[in-house]
Amino acid sequence: MPPVLELSQITKRFPGVLANDHIDLTLNEGEILALLGENGAGKTTLMNILYGLYQPDEGEIRVRGQKVSIHSPTDAIRAGIGMVHQHFMLIPVFTVTENVMLGAETVRSGGFLDRKRAAERILQISKQYGLDVDPDAYVRDLSVGVQQRVEIIKLLYREADILIFDEPTAVLTPQEADSLFAIMRELVRQGKSIIFITHKLREVLEFSDRITVIRRGAVVGQALPGQADKNLLAAMMVGRQVTLEVEKTPAQPGEVVLDVRDLTVADDQQQVMVEGVSLQVRAGEIVGVAGVQGNGQTELVQALTGLRSPTAGSIRLLGQDITHAQPRRVTELGVAHVPEDRQKDGLVLSFPVADNLMLCTYYLPPFSKGVVLQEPVILKNALERIEEYDIRTPGPMTSVGSLSGGNQQKVIIAREFSRPIRFLVASQPTRGLDVGSIEYIHKRIVQKRDEGCAVLLVSPELDEVMELSDRIAVMYQGKIVAVLNAGEATKEMVGLLMAGVSPEGLEKPTTPQAVEATL
Amino acid sequence: MDEKTQKPKNDVGKVVLQELTGGEAQAKSPRRRFWQPLVLPALAIFTGLLIGAVLIILTSEQVYAAFRQSFGAGLLAALQAVGKAYGALLQGSFGDPVRIVNALGSGDALEIRRAINPFLESLVAATPYIFAGLAVAVGFRAGLFNIGVEGQLFIGAAAATFVGYAVKGLPAYIHMPLAMLAGAVAGGFWGFIPGWLKAKTGGHEVINTIMLNWIAFRLTDWLLAGPMQRPNSGGMPISPMIEPTARIPQFFPAPIRFHLGFFIALAVAYFIYWLLFKTTWGFNLRTVGANPNGARYAGMNIVRTTVLGMTLSGALAGLAGANQVLAITRAMAMGLSSGYGFDSIALALLGNSTPLGVVLAALLFGFLRNGATNMMVVSRIPIDIISILQALILVFIAAPAIIRSIYRLRSVQAQEGGVFVRSWGGK
Repeated sequence: MPPVLELSQITKRFPGVLANDHIDLTLNEGEILALLGENGAGKTTLMNILYGLYQPDEGEIRVRGQKVSIHSPTDAIRAGIGMVHQHFMLIPVFTVTENVMLGAETVRSGGFLDRKRAAERILQISKQYGLDVDPDAYVRDLSVGVQQRVEIIKLLYREADILIFDEPTAVLTPQEADSLFAIMRELVRQGKSIIFITHKLREVLEFSDRITVIRRGAVVGQALPGQADKNLLAAMMVGRQVTLEVEKTPAQPGEVVLDVRDLTVADDQQQVMVEGVSLQVRAGEIVGVAGVQGNGQTELVQALTGLRSPTAGSIRLLGQDITHAQPRRVTELGVAHVPEDRQKDGLVLSFPVADNLMLCTYYLPPFSKGVVLQEPVILKNALERIEEYDIRTPGPMTSVGSLSGGNQQKVIIAREFSRPIRFLVASQPTRGLDVGSIEYIHKRIVQKRDEGCAVLLVSPELDEVMELSDRIAVMYQGKIVAVLNAGEATKEMVGLLMAGVSPEGLEKPTTPQAVEATL
Repeated sequence: MDEKTQKPKNDVGKVVLQELTGGEAQAKSPRRRFWQPLVLPALAIFTGLLIGAVLIILTSEQVYAAFRQSFGAGLLAALQAVGKAYGALLQGSFGDPVRIVNALGSGDALEIRRAINPFLESLVAATPYIFAGLAVAVGFRAGLFNIGVEGQLFIGAAAATFVGYAVKGLPAYIHMPLAMLAGAVAGGFWGFIPGWLKAKTGGHEVINTIMLNWIAFRLTDWLLAGPMQRPNSGGMPISPMIEPTARIPQFFPAPIRFHLGFFIALAVAYFIYWLLFKTTWGFNLRTVGANPNGARYAGMNIVRTTVLGMTLSGALAGLAGANQVLAITRAMAMGLSSGYGFDSIALALLGNSTPLGVVLAALLFGFLRNGATNMMVVSRIPIDIISILQALILVFIAAPAIIRSIYRLRSVQAQEGGVFVRSWGGK
């Protein structure tokens, strides 16, 4: 029997870039194929070709042995190929049923929408694959994980049997990711076939049946999860040996830099998101904040950096009160902030790299004299930072929006790290980045610590927090439920605390079932 | 003129080198870089003229008549109609080349001035467009859609008029600048109101500036029929003549109206360029416009920037009004502006919201407007065809995909220096 999907010699050129270089790929029925590669390796281009958004310059696509030409997503759906995009294509004010029907409307006589019949079908699909989605719920009320399941239902509703998942776990919490993988397993058990694009090694090793690695637009290797390990895959992906473990010496904590007492912060809806948090960070140590996203980390960071005014409590930085200070004063006191959403907060995408490299201190010498910007200085600074931080950009005047995610993050790191700072707040500093960039950014953070900077690292990636931190503060529902020394913390322990098990509860023996139950 | 071309000369070599060695994808010659932003507007204008030609043919009786005779005659008549119309347009906007050459040959100063008057008159027409276009462009750069330029223009004109006739006994070198300043301050105040409303209450500036337009129109109606009405005007809503000292001087005797205001407009355009692209203040304004979240993160004061941006925009609009009164009409009446405030939105888009772009677009609009009058006289084509032309050009500018698909241009990756106006309903 021919494979479900066969790509042969697919080549796609963009001006000056060979995005896909004679790629061969086979997907068998009922398997999960992981497509592994760094950002910019050409994974998404390949999938967009498969989904009809781009046309290949060379090569052909076969579905169940039949050659097909795909010129639009409609063609792709007709061939049974469906795609769950990284950014969902849902309309928040529509119900699940309406979103699923959109573009494939079920119609009653007279041209009226038949919502009832569609809802029944959705319910039936939902039951069959264990998706657990309410067809009448409004999408805006659903969590990200459930929204993703709505996207999956959209494909199943259109009877796709080759499903492509583009970085599906990038937006999910670890728990949601695990339940997504359970769903994917169920889908292939019932005969669907899945291509799963990612750069996360752990997921590939645990959840795929077969691995294809892409680098610089070409397939560089195949592997089976049982026979590969993280280091091997990372080396294939990056093209050189990578150190996945962070190398660092024991911390040498000095004076208290950040002193937070009984801090309470409310969000825009006046809901208390941080409640009575007390926390100290000393010079020369990294304190990691672990917690499932949405447990108050965002608001805590905003309060520390002056972007949100706390409702109670105090924040002191090196003895100075900054509880209600504006962002500019906080910056001037020596605080660096790597924001959690680099494109929304940390950069101005339409501006050149050079301008972004002085975004927070543009009004100070040497970048300006009086009100006049000093362009030669700005350019020189940009060239130096680009060199020092190895930012891959065509030039300092290229707009930052046209760089890859990893290089955008490097622009932020270069800007924030290259002024004299005493305290660094890094919020999800490696979100959505590839292995090479992660390694680099971790090194830089440890280096800052060793220079005597106090570091607060906030990340939903437990691995990252565990590896980098000297102390770990676990946040749950707006409170810091425990502060552990890195030496004595285990992943299971932190995971349980993140899930809301009280620290006392940890004394009792816990079984994996108990963990599942609390999640 | 995007931000690339605006960097200091001594480092251009370095940058170009970097660009060339950095990546093949970006390795373009600097010459191409410079022309790139002009390609799209040029094609838009060309396409607009083409469609305009079709309209001229379709509305011409002679062409229909000729087609009834034979196809060849029809084709010839069509070409003639278009040639005549656009010829008249060109002659009306630049002057009759034969007459200019003869005049230059004769050495008669009066005849020379008369021969080049159409060209000078086009510059006169372009002047208010420059001011008003800059007003809209500054708003765009700050992320604000100022639809209220027309109203701010009227308020500015009223204030300039008042200072022009009510203040007496000042020397010209104080009186005229003072009257201009009054126009800028009053227009700025009219812009400050929606800016303040937006910053403090979140009221959308598009709605508020439209409403303020109506208030401005009716307010000037009342002023001209009441407190500012000329004595013995016989009930006409018109202001007294301004003092001669308040006039923006014209360079030549009447009827040539070419005046100093044109050069003031150019100077203001340069000042705005310097302010936007060379100062911390402009960096602040452009950052708030391009990404308010990023601006907040960078410690910028968004409220203050929004209010100041709107105020500056209004002040520029006020200058447009002051210019018209002090240089041309010398008294204020209704019908002061033939929609400069609204045309300027199109103009700012055409100029990609850069001061140089605005000046070029304003010149284009000035030439079109001025030439259209001659076109109407010579070939009896209604002046409205120019409005249609302008509208077509704007459509092509606003929807560059059309132009790209017609001429099969590749889309420019990550348009730099492009203007980003946030959605109407959004934040």
